Amino acid sequence: MAAKRSARKEKLEAAVLYPLDWVEERSGLVGGIKYFLFRNVPRDVNWMQTLGSATLTAFIVQAVTGVILAMYYKPDPNSAYESIQHITHDLTLGWLVRGMHRWGASVFIILMFFHMARVFLFGAYKYPRELTWIVGVLLLVLGMMEGFTGYLLPWDNTAYWATVVGINLNGTAPFLGPFIAQFLSGGASIGSDTLAKWYALHMLVLPGAIIGLITLHMWLVIRLGVTSPPWSKEAAGLERPPVEPEGREGLVRPAPRGEDR
Amino acid sequence: MSTHDPGDRQHLPPPTLWPLGFAVGIACILVGLVLSWPAVAVGAVLAAVFAFLWARDLTREVAAKAPPVAPERREEAEQAPPAAPQAKAYPRSAFLEGATLGLGGVIGGLVAVPALGFAVLPAFTNQADHDVELGPLGDFPEGEFVIATYMEDPSQGEVTRRTVFVRNNGFLEQVPSFTILFSRCVHLGCPVQPNGPIFEERVKTVDTGKQAIELRPSQPAGFGCPCHGGQYDTEGNRTAGPPVRALDRLEFSIRDGKLWVGKHFSVSHVEGAGAKARIKRYGLATPGVHVDGISAWLYPIEVPR
Repeated sequence: MAAKRSARKEKLEAAVLYPLDWVEERSGLVGGIKYFLFRNVPRDVNWMQTLGSATLTAFIVQAVTGVILAMYYKPDPNSAYESIQHITHDLTLGWLVRGMHRWGASVFIILMFFHMARVFLFGAYKYPRELTWIVGVLLLVLGMMEGFTGYLLPWDNTAYWATVVGINLNGTAPFLGPFIAQFLSGGASIGSDTLAKWYALHMLVLPGAIIGLITLHMWLVIRLGVTSPPWSKEAAGLERPPVEPEGREGLVRPAPRGEDR
Repeated sequence: MSTHDPGDRQHLPPPTLWPLGFAVGIACILVGLVLSWPAVAVGAVLAAVFAFLWARDLTREVAAKAPPVAPERREEAEQAPPAAPQAKAYPRSAFLEGATLGLGGVIGGLVAVPALGFAVLPAFTNQADHDVELGPLGDFPEGEFVIATYMEDPSQGEVTRRTVFVRNNGFLEQVPSFTILFSRCVHLGCPVQPNGPIFEERVKTVDTGKQAIELRPSQPAGFGCPCHGGQYDTEGNRTAGPPVRALDRLEFSIRDGKLWVGKHFSVSHVEGAGAKARIKRYGLATPGVHVDGISAWLYPIEVPR
């Protein structure tokens, strides 16, 4: 096949590969991404093990739609509700992006729980992956906080009173509860600065923390590898003879083992 | 390629501190231009002196032959006898490590402490309740509840709108008495509603000059919360449901024949009724928080306001 490659195809390939090589030589990023995409996983991985990437995708959807909503939303007690109405009813496709963010929030939370259930039922939280589980639990907490802070932003009666109840629920925690409640409402009760504070938490503080922890989570997943399902008949940690890659040769085909490229 | 062109040799000036003084002089001139002419003069002198010193250093190689320095060669360095081990050496690397961490910590703290303080402290300072005028005493008939809605701080707008239930208890020893219950449920903060008719046809709007107060006469048998079913009697005592204490109340004052409401406070329970009620009073607490009994031990520190 390779011998019959036409000169034009070779030129084309060189044109595509040149910038990739340029980046690779300076950063090693191409190799890193190749390692990430073609790393070894057990032969008998299960569809359930895609729930983590599904959750990540849901988060990316939330991040992208949230950034776009932030271009039109006004976190001010006197205009927040009107700006949401404007997004939903007046702006072209605003209803769609707001809907994606609003329903995607539930999808994100639900997928986190499914992913967590999979990890629990597969026993994938055990040694050496305890830290991955701990980071995941922190991500769950931060995700719930995203839901809590985002719920206030439409600034309608449901949002307002649900948040009042939520803040006061935090306030009943022993010792520090009243302090948490007063911090969250920015005073003895919800006031003119509360909405902007929650907006900042919702779109800057919490997503920043989530992105950091997702990076750590993924680093651990890549470093430690994927578990076999509990019904796997293959002995854990068994080295398999390397399999020569088959199929069409292309840009994304992995390099043969033992070679760099 | 391998032989060096002598004219292309790297030309490194000797290390010098004078540019620092020169920079100080320039800064002094710039600040002086804004603040005072003498400072410009001082800056100019500093800049001139240090510029001269700097230039002298830079041109030393040209002006006079640099003293020959024998380069240290690798063989010599390797042959050099190892330095005698000192008993308590404090190596340069340890000092630099400590200095980097320490300075970094100090700089980080200088930035983080004010930023965190600004993030947290405003919620706990300057939280005093505003005194608000509710209108002439004549709008509050004796023995009848009036639902008053007002903005606690009109400059902050609708977000500070509050509802209180006001009952004129008449006079106790020639001192007027009012019962003013805050509508915030002490379970989790929802707005409690009067259990009884609200006379919408008798609603009255009082313009106090700062805002319009709405007064709705009502005849409640008690108060109930729509969220989780908390029930209170007309003194604000809990009669059923999840609330942990009696309804919060407000202080009042009478100025020029007008009723003003002031500070909020929490109440564990009320004995008696009306003007002769005995109110167990506490500082304003978060809804859901016990103010008396063993459960209050869980909330030992009062939140500063």
